[in-house]
Amino acid sequence: MNRPLKRSNAPIFWGLFGAGGMLAALLGPMLIFITGIAVPLGLLLPRSAMNYAAMLAFARHPLGKGFIFIVIALFLWHAAHRLFHSLHDIGIHGGTLAKLLTYGLAAAGTVIAAGALLATGF
Amino acid sequence: MTEQIIRMEVMRYRPEQDEAPWLQSFDVPYSDDMSVLQGLNYIKDELDESLSFRWSCRMAICGSCGMMVDGVPKLACKTFLRDYPGTVRVEALHHFPIERDLVVVLDDFMEKLERIQPYIIPRQEQALSEGEYLQTPTQLERYAQFSSCINCLLCYAACPQYGLDSSFLGPGAIALLHRYNMDSRDGASEQRMELVAAEEGVFHCTAVGYCSEVCPKHVDPANAVNLNKTRAAGDYFLRFAKPKGRCQ
Repeated sequence: MNRPLKRSNAPIFWGLFGAGGMLAALLGPMLIFITGIAVPLGLLLPRSAMNYAAMLAFARHPLGKGFIFIVIALFLWHAAHRLFHSLHDIGIHGGTLAKLLTYGLAAAGTVIAAGALLATGF
Repeated sequence: MTEQIIRMEVMRYRPEQDEAPWLQSFDVPYSDDMSVLQGLNYIKDELDESLSFRWSCRMAICGSCGMMVDGVPKLACKTFLRDYPGTVRVEALHHFPIERDLVVVLDDFMEKLERIQPYIIPRQEQALSEGEYLQTPTQLERYAQFSSCINCLLCYAACPQYGLDSSFLGPGAIALLHRYNMDSRDGASEQRMELVAAEEGVFHCTAVGYCSEVCPKHVDPANAVNLNKTRAAGDYFLRFAKPKGRCQ
């Protein structure tokens, strides 16, 4: 530990991980229930709640856009960080390759989500 | 109390004659109130005086007798032979170089301990005539838990990250660092932040939590590490917004 100390860049990734984890814990189960159970089965919510027209309108509304973007991007960053560190824990020290496969995928997913949401129009 | 026999498999490593550590078995008579440390002392007194191990207080306060008991980091004085019917395996603490038998090399931790400045650096030096630095019970409460550390290093033997890369500052040193940061009489948390936020600092931790589980003094180093991740992240993003320099 004698060499000069270098500040770690981890807070960026740890911050995204933390934010994604909090969001996943708060919204994840509810989203699975709505999109995977309630709407397809017509339980509590009408099936039409998620038809094409409704979802397009949701994705075109600035708040809807923001919600979709945040949910996709932060969930991905959370998963990437967890996978990267779990690989390290079980003895796979992939270095740059592991970083590319985890954080790289999250970054790509973020850019694609942003592009797709912009392409959907307002 | 009836006397029974337990087989103690003890790690031996004598650098002048052993290529690698190996296990030597001893049959040790024991009673229900005997600790693993007492078993080792029996071996040294009666069976093999060449066995080396560290110990001092026999009451879980000096932190000398940390070792692996059946693969789990334990204080030998606080662990009882009766809980290991038949056989017990005693090895040197994991993740440290072995000096001899059950004695590990502590240099790495000692250096880290020094780096965290484990002493109160007063916010403002007070002249003796001004009396003592006062502290309320609430202020004491904020750091009391973390001050129970006895530097026994069980948490380092438990930490998979320290095992993978010993440049990590580690659970024990971070818990102590936190203890001084949280002390109302101390004003050096910014100096210590350089170490917390460094690549060797808190972000090595992947929140396994085994360190807190093995701590014989119920310190929660995992909690100290986590709290300091938040502090280091805050420092990372807000460091440009903080005023520089000091008031005169």
